[in-house]
Amino acid sequence: MLLAAQGLACLRGDRLLFKSVSFELMAGGLLYVLGENGSGKSSLLRLLCGLLMPEVGEVHWCGKSIKQDPETYLSNLLYLGHLNGLKDDLTALENLQMSARLADSLVDEQKMLSALTSIGIARCANLPVRVLSQGQKRRVALARLWLTESKLWILDEPFAALDAASIEVLASRLNQHMSDGGMTIITTHQDVEISAQSTQTVRLSA
Amino acid sequence: MNNAWLTVLKRDLLLALRRRSDVATTLFFFLIVSSLFPLGIGPEPAVLSSIAPGVLWVAALLAGMISLTRLFAADFEDGSLEQMLLAPQPLTLLVTAKVFAHWLVCGLPVVLLAPLIGLQYALPGDALLVLVWALLLGTPALSLIGAIGAALTLGVRGSGLLVALLVLPLYIPVLIFGAGAVAASQNGMSAQAHLSLLAACSLLALVLAPMATAAALKVSVE
Repeated sequence: MLLAAQGLACLRGDRLLFKSVSFELMAGGLLYVLGENGSGKSSLLRLLCGLLMPEVGEVHWCGKSIKQDPETYLSNLLYLGHLNGLKDDLTALENLQMSARLADSLVDEQKMLSALTSIGIARCANLPVRVLSQGQKRRVALARLWLTESKLWILDEPFAALDAASIEVLASRLNQHMSDGGMTIITTHQDVEISAQSTQTVRLSA
Repeated sequence: MNNAWLTVLKRDLLLALRRRSDVATTLFFFLIVSSLFPLGIGPEPAVLSSIAPGVLWVAALLAGMISLTRLFAADFEDGSLEQMLLAPQPLTLLVTAKVFAHWLVCGLPVVLLAPLIGLQYALPGDALLVLVWALLLGTPALSLIGAIGAALTLGVRGSGLLVALLVLPLYIPVLIFGAGAVAASQNGMSAQAHLSLLAACSLLALVLAPMATAAALKVSVE
């Protein structure tokens, strides 16, 4: 299992955000994407998901281009961007259920409740997401990490808007994922300790 | 695969149920627009029944139009659209589910309400029946074609007007056959040909529109 990026370049409008970004991520590996605001961190993550097309270069999953076989890649991928992807009018539980079904993973209510408990918002389970605070919404979105079987997690600023206790919980979930042989690509401005079998850094300069 | 289709359908219906005002807006728009004509033109049954097919179809087109802009916009803003794009299911399938939900919520009520409005226009019984059939066969095409416009204008400023400009010309065949069906039955002819053509429009749209919509969504999300 391997994610390889080869010579990626990203053009937004007529501005070159970055070029020749290459890396290889193995099972159990953690990749930090660092850079100033506007240096293209989020664009790189979206590009790795296949939401954006690279100007030059390719992304390979297990030796195959992700454009060639998107379904295998996407069933191994969990992406959490700036937006939480939650519907305001649905409850936290309903939101989790919908995203689990969309990802084709079977989860029952008990599992979802325990996921919400892990990240400390079980008491909001049956409230519409509309009434939750920013940090609580983020935590509902992050609860997906306890339900997924995806190997590759791509997380854009997962620690933003979280309180200290939740950051710790999330970091330990990431540790566990990596020790189970998962991979994580992450952007963050917080200094959070995550242990992995191998840690790499991609630094984008604006 | 089917599971995901049902999930999206269920999700959109649930959302519509929670935000009933959105659905009511469409219906009231249809009701009011189609009620304005008899008030403006006067209660002459012969005149009313001759303009009825066209007016009712145009009202149905416009009512569908105002709800179209919301088809993908809400999902785009809260990020659930990108999650759908990243689901391991074919996007065309999910698009079909969303469009079907849109039709159930905005198209079907118009179909069911139409005979009631038709009475205001002094339409005879068999013309009312043809009107319902024509709307039932034609409105799916409206939702399907409209989805392409909604996807193309995603995230564009003033998208509401732009959708109308893009999509209304494409509605012309459906309007002609739909209104033609009712007019034919008023004139004592068979509406069969018009209804078949309407069904053909819908089937053709069902095959082509989801693919175009999916492609447009991918571009818009970039």
